[in-house]
Amino acid sequence: MSALQDKYKSLIDAAKSSGINNLQVSDQGNVLHISGDAPNGQTKDKLWDIYGKIDPDYRTGDLILDVNVSATAGTKAKVTTDSTNLNIRKGPGTDQPIVGKAAHGETVTVQNQTNDQWWLIKTDSGVEGYAYAQYLSPQ
Amino acid sequence: MKIFKIFFAVFMLASISFVGCKPKDSTVQKNITDKFSANPDCAGAIATVDDGVATLTGEVKDEMCKNTAETTAKNVKGVKSVVNNLTIAPPPSAPVTVSPDNNLNQGVIDATKDFPDVKATVQDGEITLTGSIKRSDLTKLMQSLNSLNPKKINNQLTIK
Repeated sequence: MSALQDKYKSLIDAAKSSGINNLQVSDQGNVLHISGDAPNGQTKDKLWDIYGKIDPDYRTGDLILDVNVSATAGTKAKVTTDSTNLNIRKGPGTDQPIVGKAAHGETVTVQNQTNDQWWLIKTDSGVEGYAYAQYLSPQ
Repeated sequence: MKIFKIFFAVFMLASISFVGCKPKDSTVQKNITDKFSANPDCAGAIATVDDGVATLTGEVKDEMCKNTAETTAKNVKGVKSVVNNLTIAPPPSAPVTVSPDNNLNQGVIDATKDFPDVKATVQDGEITLTGSIKRSDLTKLMQSLNSLNPKKINNQLTIK
């Protein structure tokens, strides 16, 4: 086991025991990459909690924790912005025009996961477009 | 009666000579080991022979190698049966594909949009963060950036 895997052992162990799919742990030039699909937002948050305890403020730059929540089409997701509305865009990117908004706390339906950053969603009022996945929490 | 005695004698002689022909376990084991070392597919396989029963242990590359080793051992003279306890090595983990800089650049713009005091630059797969951020926003930003799968993140942010 490498020194990095040793440093982040509790994180790797937690990832293994909490049902992360396609879990991959590999050393890449002094940076440890951990990737996989989390079953839900709580699991992802738990792993980030452990990461923050091992490396306060994420300063060391020796870990990429690429664990994302997967949501299948039809999954309901809650808008978890701090307080503002979530922009719904025509395409996956902040350079894309805004076609609508979802309110903080509103529940929307995931249509598909375009990538780890952008999901195609539909609001109950019928607006469909791309929203930033970081602000969506699958229910 | 005499003819029976002759038959019996011949039979006894024959069985003694068969026993005499039976190779010793250590010889059989060496013959298997030699065959294994001659075949790269059998690399990692170890044979131990006890009373003509060959037990295979160790780790081989894949299912095919496991079968090859078993067949190889079976075909060695003196092997009565084979116990195949070989295990298969887990596949090597795929190397991480780091996102190209132009993908990272676009992703970084999206991820930092809500944090105007954060400045992010991308160079050779590495993201470097300067400027400042509220502590309560730090994890959210780092989660977004990590999901872009960069090579490394250099966090030089001042945390307020």
